[in-house]
Amino acid sequence: MMNACGRWPAIALRSLLLLLFAVVIFGPLLNLLLWTVAEAWYFPAKLPIHWGFSYWGRVFRPEAGAMLALGNSLWIAVLTVLVSTALAIPAGYALSRRSLPWRSVFLLVFLLPQAFPAIAVDLNIARIFYGLGLNGTVTGVVLVHTLQGLVFSVWIASAAFAGVHAEQVEAARNLGASPWRAFFTVSLPQASPGIIASAIFVFLISLDEFSGTFFVGAPDISTLPLQLYTAATEGNYQIASITALLLLLPSILFMLVVERFLRADVLAKIGT
Amino acid sequence: MWVKCMNQTNVLPRLPALQNGRCSLSRVAPHVPVLLLLVPALLVVFVLFVYPLGYSLVYAFRDEKLGVWGLMNFRQAWLLYAKDIFLTLGVSLASSFLIGFFAVAIAGYLSLGENRRAVAILKWLYRWPLFIPVVVVGQMMRTFLARNGLMNNALMALGVIEPLQAVSFLDWRGMIFTFVWKQLPFATLLIAGAMAALDRSMLEAARNLGAGRLRVLCGIVVPQVLPTVLVSLILSFVSILSVLSVPMMLNAGSPTMITVDMAWRVASYSDYGVANALGLISWAMCAVAACFYLRHGVRERGLQ
Repeated sequence: MMNACGRWPAIALRSLLLLLFAVVIFGPLLNLLLWTVAEAWYFPAKLPIHWGFSYWGRVFRPEAGAMLALGNSLWIAVLTVLVSTALAIPAGYALSRRSLPWRSVFLLVFLLPQAFPAIAVDLNIARIFYGLGLNGTVTGVVLVHTLQGLVFSVWIASAAFAGVHAEQVEAARNLGASPWRAFFTVSLPQASPGIIASAIFVFLISLDEFSGTFFVGAPDISTLPLQLYTAATEGNYQIASITALLLLLPSILFMLVVERFLRADVLAKIGT
Repeated sequence: MWVKCMNQTNVLPRLPALQNGRCSLSRVAPHVPVLLLLVPALLVVFVLFVYPLGYSLVYAFRDEKLGVWGLMNFRQAWLLYAKDIFLTLGVSLASSFLIGFFAVAIAGYLSLGENRRAVAILKWLYRWPLFIPVVVVGQMMRTFLARNGLMNNALMALGVIEPLQAVSFLDWRGMIFTFVWKQLPFATLLIAGAMAALDRSMLEAARNLGAGRLRVLCGIVVPQVLPTVLVSLILSFVSILSVLSVPMMLNAGSPTMITVDMAWRVASYSDYGVANALGLISWAMCAVAACFYLRHGVRERGLQ
């Protein structure tokens, strides 16, 4: 054990490193927040020269398109959650059975879309959708987002169904319940926290999705990420930063609640 | 996205299980009703992933204007974007290695740190970027790393640089900074998980014999969690290669990442051939990374 005098440099170094890490983590976030309330900020001023909320009014004006994009983003995210949950409940139920033949192959198939860089797939989906008249439609964008979220919804649903107490299902069946009734009154309610958690993940993935929407949706369908990209390339720091904040809030809110729905034992079963 | 990473580590080492999946028809028959439940979800993967993937592989070798097959798209891609291909490879590799280094350092302190308060603060700090959407990270970094961003302002306030020396970091340096910032928590989460599963008694024995913490980390902990470190490096590499929004927002001029070039070829020239050739090149980079992982995995199992 070192003596007290010898430990001071170590303590100082540790505090300095932690402080530096905190600055690196929160610096970019703080810079974004400052820009949302900056009216004017030129180099080399270290802080905004004029403060105010006038840009907020410009973002929320109907003709600015941000509110429309927010509405689109939320509507597309809700539809994506509905479609992927509808796909994931039967698929997850099937994959929760360890005796299922080729089970690990199927699990891997759902992972594949995430194991390749998505851009080349997205641009070819856009080309195929163009022929089908799906480009620039909400349906097309929802389908692309569903593909991105499918591995999460299927894998988490599978883990959630694997956590259902088999004896209770059996007891319900012995008491004369039909397989459907046993599923809807025993299995599904027990798996529902995991399914809600997967829905939250899919919602966030859809909200954040950029490249698929860029190829399939733009320019007819504008979502918040595309709106943010446009504002950023136009060089308007304030409007881009306020749009970014709009996009950031749901993610942080949902992440705070997701832990309540994802039990540790379900988490440990994901992908196994 | 971080859950994705956790999942992948779980499934990848299980690949040999595929060999046990040989089933005769009579064994499969009772499972048919359950297998049918998988059909809708599998259909989505085939129609929206496998089919476009095949499309991209085929059209990378097709000149649609002349209606001939060949390597001309790759030649064109090389002529126009050789610089970008190297930049993409360099940025992705450098970011992945930095992620690996910092993730091991943070996870190592989380599992070996003796000051409980410092460990708690670090644990609370490192997770933040997980919750922030990628596009938002792009905008944050555009403000932070710009010439008049807070980073330059802080450096000037500390007297590290003069106002005249302040430059914008929105180039390859900015992209590396952004990718490391965003991906570091995933890798740390994975590696810290693997470290938490280690046998503590061996670490304590080494500490009692007088080994310093750094020595315990490098000599005992890291060799045991090396497979997880490799997985997290490869996962970071693949996700960096797929990001379109960050390079588009940080650095859309030349030289940039090939994802931007792909989008540009399609949006401005409707040139799917060169875009698909670039896509194939990025898949080749991933394939090399995956092969490296699989070979390492085989060697590990061979030793056991």
